Amino acid sequence: MKDIVRVASGQGFWGDSLEAPRQQVEGGEVDYLMLDYLAEVTMSILQKQKERDPSMGYARDFVGAIESVLPAITERGVRVVANAGGVNPPACAAAIAQLTASKGVAGKVRIAVVTGDDLLSRLDELLEAGHLLANMETGEPLSTIRDRVLSANAYIGSTPIVEGLARGANVVITGRSTDTALTMAPLRHEFGWGETDWDRLAAGIIAGHIIECGAQCSGGNCLRDWRSIPDLANVGYPIAEGAADGSFVITKHPGTGGIVSVPSVAEQLVYEMGDPREYITPDVIADFTTIRLEDAGKDRVRVYGIKGHPSTDKLKVSVAYKAGFKAVGTLVYSWPESLDKAKAADAILRQRLDRLGLVFDQTLSEYVGASATHGSLAESDGVRDYPEVQLRFGVRGPDRAAVERFTREIAPLVLNGPPSVTGFAGGRPKVEEIVAYWPALIDKSVVTTSVEMVG
Amino acid sequence: MKVRLLDIAHARSGDKGDTANVGVIALEPQFYPLLDRHLTVDAVSRHFHGMITGPVQRFELPNLNALNFLLHGALDGGGTLSLKTDAQGKVYSTALLRMVIDVSDEAAAAAGLAAREEQK
Repeated sequence: MKDIVRVASGQGFWGDSLEAPRQQVEGGEVDYLMLDYLAEVTMSILQKQKERDPSMGYARDFVGAIESVLPAITERGVRVVANAGGVNPPACAAAIAQLTASKGVAGKVRIAVVTGDDLLSRLDELLEAGHLLANMETGEPLSTIRDRVLSANAYIGSTPIVEGLARGANVVITGRSTDTALTMAPLRHEFGWGETDWDRLAAGIIAGHIIECGAQCSGGNCLRDWRSIPDLANVGYPIAEGAADGSFVITKHPGTGGIVSVPSVAEQLVYEMGDPREYITPDVIADFTTIRLEDAGKDRVRVYGIKGHPSTDKLKVSVAYKAGFKAVGTLVYSWPESLDKAKAADAILRQRLDRLGLVFDQTLSEYVGASATHGSLAESDGVRDYPEVQLRFGVRGPDRAAVERFTREIAPLVLNGPPSVTGFAGGRPKVEEIVAYWPALIDKSVVTTSVEMVG
Repeated sequence: MKVRLLDIAHARSGDKGDTANVGVIALEPQFYPLLDRHLTVDAVSRHFHGMITGPVQRFELPNLNALNFLLHGALDGGGTLSLKTDAQGKVYSTALLRMVIDVSDEAAAAAGLAAREEQK
């Protein structure tokens, strides 16, 4: 057994740095490369792509990422764990197999594909069997939106990933695995943690929570002393150095920018947090109030003391469904009296939309530069006249035609509304179909995952 | 003395559906008691009055010198539904740090605040 297992984070979301995976395997010693591609909305985007082309539906950036780290996989034994499979893990695996074949290394790269999280084809069967899949926030049963559902996936845990690693995979591809399991599974595999080893499983989950957003724990988006954080242009992505007892060190490669410090890690720990005593995952409930952080040298933070509790008998399900249309239009008003002009334009626009008889579920006016993000709290700033203010006007509703009609009412204001207006070069706002997120729970017993080896 | 949260804490926020979370972390361990005492559910609810439609929940993480707040109904439906610039609640963090708390002289002295002000 290794004393230390190094899991490097190379992707915090689909769209993150294309360079990070390669930099993580080339910048120093790592055992595993962890790539997280799936945010809440990503699954529905991938489902739309799969509907258009059945060979799609996975994070295509992953193919380029694997190509960029192939020497590390084949020559140095670095293993990759990624939820790049999206709604089509087998197609993702086929694309990787094609890549390794074309590079002449097919025999050196064994791929494990994890499936079973996709519940879309089983949805009616599950509803008929009495699984309500009620919205965790509103309590509404799924039947109210059944005909608009685009994708439905259970968040699955570390067990199938561990199986793939145990069967010798160099690359493990999952669909809707939890972000945190991608980091915990390699540690569990290497150290042989059991499925009731709650404290260690919780520690692995928390290591995952810290590094799953890439550089957001190593200096990126870090508020504390932000000016003093060095060389973000060359920011180092994080690495978790795990030990068998569940303690770990968060660090980054030498010579990279950014910072790993107790404050940078603490900021990431509280990101997207709910009840800190009960961070619920399919594997374990982690207690964030037990985490101890300790400065362990330059760009090294030791994390220890973590406690976990038995997992629940439910899995969270992420359902994506069509929820109407929206559009957002903007115009910029300049000094003098920029905010008053923007507010006058807003009032005129609202009168015109009323006169047209357009009905929306929601309209929202924001004044970017004055109060868009901090609302009335920003009034205490005491600014009398802003250099410029952007009116940002959004509408949302079930009727595409009404939203479309709204988009034609922005440009006329340039010539027939308040003065000193600019910033309309982008043209008419685009109408966007909303794919919304429906969180639900389902009994663990009805979700069966399987692992298949490819190549 | 009046103390702005920005001067004694840092913060990060994120989203879960229509709920924003704000984690507030004391810049120095001795400031944590000030956060614990002054950032009550009532005080934070008043601070965000008119900006959120639901209740505020508070959780304590003394091990990180931090508090976590859940602001329900903060994101105009949240995620892809939201029409807001800050649809994912990323800067509710700094909005909370605008808050000014009124610290007693004793508590300020205990936290070493008066001395810090003089140093400036």
